Order: sequence, then structure tokens, then C-alpha cells
Amino acid sequence: MAPVLETRSLDKRFGGIVAANAISLAIEKGARHALIGPNGAGKTTFVNLLTGLLRPSGGEILLDGAPITWLAPHQRVKLGIARTFQINQLFADLTPIETLGLAISERHGSGRDWWRIVGTRRGVTEEISELLERFGLVDVMAERTAVLPYGKQRLLEIALAFACRPRVLLLDEPAAGVPEAERHEILATIAALPADVTVLLIEHDMDIVFSFADRISVLVNGELFVEGAPDEVARDPRVRAVYLGEAFDG
Amino acid sequence: MRRALQSETALETRTTRYLRARARFGPIEILFWVVAFSSIWLLPTRHLILTETVIWGLFALSLDLILGYAGIISLGHAAFFGVGAYAAGLLAKYELINEPTVALLASALAAAALGFATSFLVLRGSDLTRLMVTLGVSLVCFELANRYGDLTGGADGLQGVTIAPIFGLYRFDMFGHTGYIYCLVVLFILFELARRIVNSPFGLSLKAIKGNPLRSAAVGIAVNGRLVAVYTLSAGYAGVAGALLAQTQAFASLSMLSLERSADVLLILIIGGTGYLYGGIVGALIYRLLQDYLSDLTARYWQFWIGLLLVAIVVIGRDRIGNWISPVARFAAQLGRRPAPTTTAGPEKGG
Repeated sequence: MAPVLETRSLDKRFGGIVAANAISLAIEKGARHALIGPNGAGKTTFVNLLTGLLRPSGGEILLDGAPITWLAPHQRVKLGIARTFQINQLFADLTPIETLGLAISERHGSGRDWWRIVGTRRGVTEEISELLERFGLVDVMAERTAVLPYGKQRLLEIALAFACRPRVLLLDEPAAGVPEAERHEILATIAALPADVTVLLIEHDMDIVFSFADRISVLVNGELFVEGAPDEVARDPRVRAVYLGEAFDG
Repeated sequence: MRRALQSETALETRTTRYLRARARFGPIEILFWVVAFSSIWLLPTRHLILTETVIWGLFALSLDLILGYAGIISLGHAAFFGVGAYAAGLLAKYELINEPTVALLASALAAAALGFATSFLVLRGSDLTRLMVTLGVSLVCFELANRYGDLTGGADGLQGVTIAPIFGLYRFDMFGHTGYIYCLVVLFILFELARRIVNSPFGLSLKAIKGNPLRSAAVGIAVNGRLVAVYTLSAGYAGVAGALLAQTQAFASLSMLSLERSADVLLILIIGGTGYLYGGIVGALIYRLLQDYLSDLTARYWQFWIGLLLVAIVVIGRDRIGNWISPVARFAAQLGRRPAPTTTAGPEKGG
């Protein structure tokens, strides 16, 4: 199958520091792909390159075979790449209804509409409602995001990316900082994402990675170290040495 | 299955109701405008002063559009006010466009054009850069008006302006009755337009950009395009305010372009509160009342108290003080945040 998202020898240098070194990664359509690696391996840099927050020093990014290397972030969203952030990037003064309505209006191309009232276009409220239910946000839908419990904010973070109806969804440590008790809700939500959405998961937590991913890439010092199916990666002695040692032997 | 389908529809209804409620014209707002318009009959001797207040209110509203909704701070908004004023003055003086409302529109376009051209300077950078850039633009405009005195009248102001009757029917009178009604109607129309705009998807995207530009781009918003649009709109609004002043006074002067005017409008908006549209009008009223009251009290030093008030507002927090001194602000804020009805479903049919 052809990859939906692909990088070809993607480089990023900050001064003398190499954050991404000739990364060539292909993500298959519909994949549950995980990107793992120790702290400072360059995982978030890689996501920032894919979404356009950073410009690469070299190499190419292709979506369905077409280069998107130099497109602005909002243009990539329109083409179907959406992301969540490791640290919540939400709209503190907006409610979940408004937040989702915003993203949906943008996707429908009515974001510049200055005359109609938000949500009076057909289909928008219907879609807001669906998202509120899917992500368990109905109870808090009319509250300011700033006052929501952290777990709900985390769900909104994913819901907002999902509202862009991406073909490729990049999840940057979706459960980061969420207390154990609220964790399962987020994991269940991620597991229930539609199969036709390709997911790239950046994660620290090995339990999450191995329960979710059907393909794993290991990033070390800005380089793609190993890639394979979960059991291959788990068996690979180099990976165990570099990264999984504690998690598996301990 | 059937149940699930039903509850989904109920949720949709709640969502729709919530979204409509946030844009609804509340009872306090209706009262506000009824009171405002009744001043036409109730306060006939104060029309000249009220005209000035209305113009300040509209000017502050224009600033609220960029500061309160898009988070762009400006210390040079008088540039657009002044351009609007001179445009209206010149159009009337040289009899290019005689009918005042058409001239008003033309002046707005002139100011909006300047806003559009300079909007690209405020897209990037911190608040400090924006303050300096907007200040710089207004200083350039001021000195240009000063330099080309043949056209603008320089330090003497634009003399010899005669404003034709509105629609050829309503002549501007020396008591300012016509002028006041004219300004109030223009304010009301532009306020309602602004209200419509801030409750639209476009307005929501502005609030999102103000709150988090990074995430705004990550949900597909073309941030720069939106900022250019609202800056241009705001400049047009400021231009209308300036044109109204020029038309009601049949005069335009350098003070309409001055740094002091830019600072005053910022002060008025901060006093009234940003981001709920009424702040500019409320601020203009408070400013005017304080000015009257304090100058009776201390004649020349009334700005001492204004300064003190400003410091208090910024230090203690605008929300709290704004709420004490202006019930309108509190009510409006409450209306804006009114929660959606929490009933889960309508009357159950055939349970």
C-alpha cells in the first residue's frame, strides 16, 4: 500500500545541534504507527516539521505523494494533517462548544463568514454534538475551557484535532500528565478512533504504545534507529539496550 | 438504538440553543439602547456634549475590535480617526461629495485603505512592537498633515467647511440636535454590525487567535488574513468616528490625529472594559461624567484623578473595578456567559 504521509531524508539543525538527521519514514494509510524514543530524541521536533511549525534544513515531506514541505501550518490542516500538543494548546476563554464549532466552521470553509451566527449553518451543530459525545465532553460543553478538569482538557485537545477531520492524526503524548484514574478514558477514546484515520502516536508510555500500535519507529538522537512491527521492535536487542531495557527487564 | 438517536437530537437542540443564546439581544441591551435613544427627547440641552460622547464611544468601539477581539494593541489609532476626519472635511469643503452619509462612507473607505496598507506591519511581533509601529504610523500621518498645510490647513485646521443637509433634508443646526441623532443612529448601526461580526465564525476565529495563535493555525485558520481583515475593519470604524466629528463640527484639525487622542481612546476603552463591545460606549460615558464632575471639583487637575483611576483599574484588575463602577458591564458579561439550558430533553413523548 502507498504511504499516506512520508518523509525523505528530513533534516533539522538548530545551530550546531542536529535535531533530525535524514529521517525517512513512511506511514501507511490507516496505520496505527507509534514513534518512540528517549527524552530529547527529537520526537516533538519531528511532529513540528510534519505540521509546518518548523521549516526543515533539508529533505522532503510528502502527503499522498505530493510535496508539502514548505506549506504553512493552516494549509496542511486543510490537506488533512491535524495534531494534538504535548502541552495543551487550547482556547482558555472559549467553551468546548465554541472551540469545536470554530474548527468545524473552518473546515467547512465558513471561517471567514462574518454575517451568520456561529452554528447556524446546517450540519455544524450536528457535528459539534457528535464530537461532544464521542469525546465525553457533554457534561462540560458550556463551561470555559480554562476551568475544565485536566483530563477533560486533554480530551478536548484530541477532539479539536479530530474536528479538523484529518486523514492523518498526530497525537503528541495524548495522556501526558493525566492522573491514572482518568487515563483509561483517553486511551479508550484513542482506541475507538475510526479505522480510516491514519494515526501517528508519539508516546513515552510503553503500555500505551504496545496496546495501540501496529507499527513502531524508534527515534534516537534525531535518527531513525529501528522500525518494525511491535514484536520485532520488542525483540530487537539494540532497542532493548537503548530504550526498552528498563521497561522490559525491570 | 432509538433511544440513542433521540438523545443525540436533544443534544443538538441544546447545542443550537446555546449558540443562539450567546448571540441573542438581551433585555439589558434593549434597555441600554432605549435609554440611549430616549436621550434625544429627554436631554435636548445636552446634545452637543452627548454627540462628542457618542463619537468617542464609536472610536473606542473601533479599538475594541482589534484589542478586545484580536488582541492587537495600538497607540496610534488616531491616525485612522484623523484620516476619516480630514477626508470628510475635504470632501465637504471642495464639494466633492455633498451628501453627508455618502461622504461618511467615503471617509470610512479612506481610513480603511490606510488600515489595510499598515495592517501588514502589526501582524508579527510583541505588544511592544505593535505599540511602536502604530505610534510611528500615527506620527507620520500627523506630520504629513502638518507639512501639507495648503491642503489640510496645517496648525490652523481645515477651515471653511460647510456640511450639506443629510439626504438633502436635515440641516445641521447650531444646537446639535440633528448632529446628535445622526451620530447616534450611525453608532447604533455600526454597533449592530460589529455585534453580528463578533458572533460570526469570523469573530470566533478572532477570539481564538487572541487566545492562542499557535493552535489557531493548527486548526486551519489563516491567522494573518484574519488579522488584516479586522485591522482594516477597525480602521474603517475609526474613520467613521473621525468623519462624524468633522461633519458635526464642520472642522478638522491636527488634534484629531494626535498621540493624545490615541492615548485617550485607549484609556476610555480600558475604563469601560475590552471584549464585550459596550466597553467603548460605557467608557466614553464614564470618562465624560468624570471629566464634568472632577473638573467642577479640581478645575485644572481632573486628569490627576483619571490617571489614578487608570492605575487602579490596571493594578486591581479591570474586571473587578469595571463591575463595581458599571453595572451595564456586569449585566452584559453575564448575558454573554449565560449557560445553556441544562435540561436534557424536551417533553418526553410516549415514554
